[in-house]
Amino acid sequence: MTIRAEHELHRRRFGRNLGVGLALLALAAVVFGLTIVKVETGGSLEAFDHSYRPGLAERAGERR
Amino acid sequence: MTDARAADGGGARAGAAPGEARFGDYVVLLKPRVMSLVVFTALVGLLAAPAALHPMVAFAAILFIALGAGAAGALNMWWDADIDRLMRRTRGRPVPAGRVAPGEALGIGLALSGLSVMMLGLAANWVAAGLLAFTIFFYAVVYTMWLKRATPQNIVIGGAAGAFPPMIGWAAATGSVGLEALAMFALIVLWTPPHFWALALFTRSDYDDAGVPMLTVTHGRRATRRQILAYALVLAPVAMAAGFTAIGGPLYLAAAAVLNLLFLAGAWRIVCRDEGMAQADGYAAERRFFRFSLLYLFLTFAAILAEAALRPWGLGGWQ
Repeated sequence: MTIRAEHELHRRRFGRNLGVGLALLALAAVVFGLTIVKVETGGSLEAFDHSYRPGLAERAGERR
Repeated sequence: MTDARAADGGGARAGAAPGEARFGDYVVLLKPRVMSLVVFTALVGLLAAPAALHPMVAFAAILFIALGAGAAGALNMWWDADIDRLMRRTRGRPVPAGRVAPGEALGIGLALSGLSVMMLGLAANWVAAGLLAFTIFFYAVVYTMWLKRATPQNIVIGGAAGAFPPMIGWAAATGSVGLEALAMFALIVLWTPPHFWALALFTRSDYDDAGVPMLTVTHGRRATRRQILAYALVLAPVAMAAGFTAIGGPLYLAAAAVLNLLFLAGAWRIVCRDEGMAQADGYAAERRFFRFSLLYLFLTFAAILAEAALRPWGLGGWQ
């Protein structure tokens, strides 16, 4: 039994698959664009980055 | 988000196997023509708001509001497939025509509802997202499943669902709902019944066949004509009053005065006619009023947009 690389179904549904693929790509592009904008326009970000951050430590101390 | 102008999907069939959906069928499922109205009114709400959004965030907000409207449209087509099959205007839609399975339409509607609400919340704020979620619920459950087949006031309820987009646009920009957003909401709520009842007057057999309790069926055509005028009479002062809020200004007020006079004149013409006169000229006045009502809404919101666009130069509004 041979494996057919392209079934007739693939040709018939090419337009539909292409449309869905492009829609998903567009969604990914929008999410990426939003992420860039949110990071650029957001406040300064601070997080654990494997180095001692006195600013964070002092703030933590204040809360206690 | 009312559905009378939804495309029937006739153009999506070239080369498709029988009973198999093409990508165009999924697009039709989202009611692109209704979506265009949603995009426009939501954009006006967003741009008229006294808060600036980053263009990318604004674009994403409008996109996800439109997607939410599309999701509600898909849910409507899923539920209404049985009556859509009976009406000439809607029998070519993907579900009644058998190109999209009902379960598939339901799945797409639910998935896009969740996606659009979540993404609008992340892109803009959760007030706007909450309003979008409520709009989808209101259109799909309150209007489509509950009231559309139960009351002749169905169009009024459907109109309320279609009136939310400018309010969501406003909320996306400001994070709240103000008097101006309510004014835009009221404009569409009051505009919808005369718009659709005019359509119902000249597409009589469609609603009769489907058993949808349209006012023309339950209360007769004479009462429908009177109701069109009644709503036009209430709409005019509301449209004028909106001109004195922050979204209005001299330009809007002038446009609203002319548009409402023409709207009232069209409604008066309809109420002065009986069925014999209407049938004699092929419902010419009703058709003209229906077409003008589309222009009315477009120009009213365009005037709000113009006031917002002129504001940076000190020309818009009442400053």
